[in-house]
Amino acid sequence: MASIVAVIASTHHPFYYRASTATGEDRPPFADEWTRKILAFRETLTRARPDVLVMVGSDHFHQLWLDNMPQFLVGKAPFYDANWYNEEREFGLPRMLLKGQEDLSGHILRAGLDAGFDLAFSNELRIDHSITCPIITLRPEADLPIVPIYTNIFAPPLPQPKRFVQLGQSIREIVESWPSHLRVAVIGTGHLSLELGGPRQFGPHGPDPEFDQRAVGWIANGDLDECLREVTLDSLHSPGNATHGFMDFMLMMGVAGAGAKADYVDTLDLFHTMEAYFTWYPDGAPTA
Amino acid sequence: MSKYLLNKFLFMVDRDPELVERYRTEPRELVAWWEAECANAVLNCHTGEASTWLRFDDVEREALATHDHVKLFELGAHPFLTLTLFIALFERDNTEPLQYQKSYGARLAHFSMPYPDIAT
Repeated sequence: MASIVAVIASTHHPFYYRASTATGEDRPPFADEWTRKILAFRETLTRARPDVLVMVGSDHFHQLWLDNMPQFLVGKAPFYDANWYNEEREFGLPRMLLKGQEDLSGHILRAGLDAGFDLAFSNELRIDHSITCPIITLRPEADLPIVPIYTNIFAPPLPQPKRFVQLGQSIREIVESWPSHLRVAVIGTGHLSLELGGPRQFGPHGPDPEFDQRAVGWIANGDLDECLREVTLDSLHSPGNATHGFMDFMLMMGVAGAGAKADYVDTLDLFHTMEAYFTWYPDGAPTA
Repeated sequence: MSKYLLNKFLFMVDRDPELVERYRTEPRELVAWWEAECANAVLNCHTGEASTWLRFDDVEREALATHDHVKLFELGAHPFLTLTLFIALFERDNTEPLQYQKSYGARLAHFSMPYPDIAT
């Protein structure tokens, strides 16, 4: 059976690529510290020596639209084109081509349906920065096949937070039941407090640092019970109008397991949001 | 009123570089053209299929025609879509980093939680 060698959760700040590659007067003052943190975070994946990446993210109205919106969707394609004109325009993101792992996609779809999740699928999925940003930060070689899993975190009505946790728990079981010798890392990206298109956007910090502090504590300590007590679809509006992306962090807590303390935790307080980086090693931290 | 149609306008224009430029320079004309030619196109469907009933009300049409992002927010247009397109239209006029994004937020300062419902 396949083994999950790392579970990784992070934000997917689309400005990292531009900030980290900028030089001279164009390089922002926080770029060096951000890059140092990303290099340390990247090492947590490299040390796990994965063969396949299961990537959890959210389409930002690029491919998925309100005429036919899935709540949870699994990509099943041999290749995925990545990034879009408006991401190139706004964030300077490069066009990318990522290889798919169709056998694992098929297994997740079959076992997920059997586990009670009515998963949508796509044989023609073009992915966006929620999945390409962790590739850029964690695996810039982009050399590993992926299985993209998209969640709906911003086109109401949304699934309840507990559903994200349950899906994460099932993804863990399903991947571990995959008849393969391959080493799998599950990587998901979400948000802490975040405001986009509202009055609290682009401040010097995230819109709700107090929420961010509690959220980082929940994730770092695997405190799913407290998190589920505190977080509802209604309450997630308060820290910022885009904070529902936190449910993708909750999904990753489900993958890691209740009570599982993260082996690696780091944060970076940036303009308009807090970056957060977590890694769990289900079978123990790999030796260097 | 159709929050869905507002969102569809923002979504379709944002994805097309030519439409972004037309919306920046001739917003009223672009909105009229789009409503006549594109509003009822059924996306993800074979070419030639169309619905017959989607249209803006006067307030929605005027908000789009005047680049009034505050009114769009009030009407419940999806804030991510509005922001993304408006950054494409106006960030280029910045004289300092994030100048447009910050002023965009400041013009919404009179809104408090809960914000207008964005469900379609």
